[in-house]
Amino acid sequence: MSARLSSAFPADRAALVCFVTAGDPTPAATPAILDALVEGGADVIELGMPFTDPMADGPAIQAANLRSLAAGTKTADILQIATDFRSHHPDVPLVLMGYANPMTRRGPEWFADAAAAAGVDGVICVDIPVEEDAALGPALRAKGIAPIRLATPTTDAARLPAVLDGAGGFLYYVSVAGITGKQQAVQASIEEAVTRLKASTDLPVAVGFGVRTPEQAAAIARVADGVVVGSAIVDIVAEHGAAAAGPVRDYIRSLSDAIATARATTNA
Amino acid sequence: MTNTATQLNSYRNQPDAQGHFGQFGGRYVAETLMPLVLDLEKHYRAAKADPTFQAQFDDLLEHYVGRPSPLYYAERLTEELRKDAPAGKGAQVWFKRDELNHTGAHKINNCIGQILLAMRMGKTRIIAETGAGQHGVATATVCARFGLPCVIYMGATDVARQQPNVFRMKLLGAEVVPVTSGAATLKDAMNEGLRDWVANVHDTFYIIGTAAGPHPYPELVRDFQSVIGKEARAQMLSRINRLPDLLVAAIGGGSNALGLFHPFLDDEVKMLGVEAAGYGLDGDQHAASLLGGFPGILHGNKTYLLQDEDGQITEGHSISAGLDYPGIGPEHAWLKDMGRVEYTAITDDEALDAFQLLCRTEGIIPALEPAHAIAAVAKIAKDMDRDQIILANLCGRGDKDIFTVAEKLGVEM
Ligand SMILES: Cc1ncc(COP(=O)(O)O)c(C=O)c1O
Repeated sequence: MSARLSSAFPADRAALVCFVTAGDPTPAATPAILDALVEGGADVIELGMPFTDPMADGPAIQAANLRSLAAGTKTADILQIATDFRSHHPDVPLVLMGYANPMTRRGPEWFADAAAAAGVDGVICVDIPVEEDAALGPALRAKGIAPIRLATPTTDAARLPAVLDGAGGFLYYVSVAGITGKQQAVQASIEEAVTRLKASTDLPVAVGFGVRTPEQAAAIARVADGVVVGSAIVDIVAEHGAAAAGPVRDYIRSLSDAIATARATTNA
Repeated sequence: MTNTATQLNSYRNQPDAQGHFGQFGGRYVAETLMPLVLDLEKHYRAAKADPTFQAQFDDLLEHYVGRPSPLYYAERLTEELRKDAPAGKGAQVWFKRDELNHTGAHKINNCIGQILLAMRMGKTRIIAETGAGQHGVATATVCARFGLPCVIYMGATDVARQQPNVFRMKLLGAEVVPVTSGAATLKDAMNEGLRDWVANVHDTFYIIGTAAGPHPYPELVRDFQSVIGKEARAQMLSRINRLPDLLVAAIGGGSNALGLFHPFLDDEVKMLGVEAAGYGLDGDQHAASLLGGFPGILHGNKTYLLQDEDGQITEGHSISAGLDYPGIGPEHAWLKDMGRVEYTAITDDEALDAFQLLCRTEGIIPALEPAHAIAAVAKIAKDMDRDQIILANLCGRGDKDIFTVAEKLGVEM
């Protein structure tokens, strides 16, 4: 399993996991945005693979998918972006996130090989639940790529062991039943869920969906191993386009600063 | 994995316990929805085994929908087609008249079944997607009948070109939400339905309109629509004491075709599914997922899809808004690969000719969807012997399509 991913979650503070859509607004603009995420203090990068039918995403990420596809982003471009990222940032874990069809179009082995060659550490496939793991999971595991699973408020105790079986990297807790970019869950329910999940797995637990402000990020950082931010970054890219790197860096810095001191603040 | 031994004995016991039809089907949904589709399956199994549920379904189909629908020998159409046939050729054409159902298409059969299931599960809110509006109208109808609030997602492009059905849905009390994402047609409406469902998991039931989506939808839609084939089989036997030689049905997602075919799958009856060839299969302006697509994963199931080399879904085209879907139900994908059912495609122009042919020879205005099936019948009947029987599914009436047809024929209304 990827050493980069496991060392991205330090014991003394939460990791910041940042999502952007590859190729938004153009494939050429993405590398600078990824650099900005790292410079701002991101610990894990989730690179979204655009899809025509992103049915688990809200308006912000839907629009990012369409902008990327309209700019002509191909699977080959995404793999090239990943390859370049890996050579510039040899220690920062990179995860591809997206939907089953673009990932499996040329066969799961093709995708796992290509992702491994590009230096990808993990894959989050939104619409391959554990029941359909055979469609991609074995190919990823054979290449040492972590199949990162999602747990949600509807994943009950009876189901959780199945979700964790064959999982790798970290466990992504989607804190609201809904699509990306909507309201955040209440803190109490997040705490309760993280406690429950951590009792069942040694994998780090990262919490996402609807995280937008440094305060929200800090609150999650007090209880979880990681904080996932997506739509809020994608919104900045939407606003600033090819010039998004600067504003993205500043925004990520505000989150990573808040996370860095979050646990100290509680103790103080 | 599929049990090969049972496959050899019967084509009628799919899917397997995981919802797979061979390599197709399955439950490719986000984790949030997974517990829901498992729960739906559990409730469907119980309902299927419950005679009270079946009795409710039968009662509504008889007294509300108007079943059984007639089985009709289309004598003048048969004679018309024989004019071009070689001596001794020209099969008899029969129709299963599901266009006579309440709301004008087969779609209502499925909606009755699913709303009964929704109520049995204690769900209090219904959502659905619609393309042409036929499934939306059928869903709005059953929601009015049972007093449940109903939200219909419809691509903004379709809202603009299907105004009469939009108004029908509103009259029936449904909220029609135009979907502007993507290409703003049926597949985008289905995405939006899934997004609504994932955010309203506790009270909402999603009535999917065709035999596609995550397991158990392809199975339960097929089962509810199988009333078409069960009736037709019994009617054939009682009228002429034999089964037809060939079944023909149009395919959008595949529900009316499976409804007709499934009860006959283990009989010695040939079957032909008719996809929409739009402007022709050589270009990309068609909606023939089986003949022009590749296996992939969309909307919860693995099946044949119109897509590019990167797995991006491409937009189909058909004159018929009900056939204009870039996927197809997974059972058809399996039946094609097994070689049990043959598939062909009919162009817009051929469907338009068949539409007019049926109007003139039989006094029946068909929907543009079954007009594709009729066009395929017209091509094949002349190669079959006169004593052979073709049974085609007349799955919808054409009232909804008269504006489209008038425009194509250059008639001002
Ligand atoms: C009359 C009619 N026939 C056929 C279809 C296509 O659906 P299916 O292939 O599921 O029967 C539709 C869809 O709207 C329809 O309205």
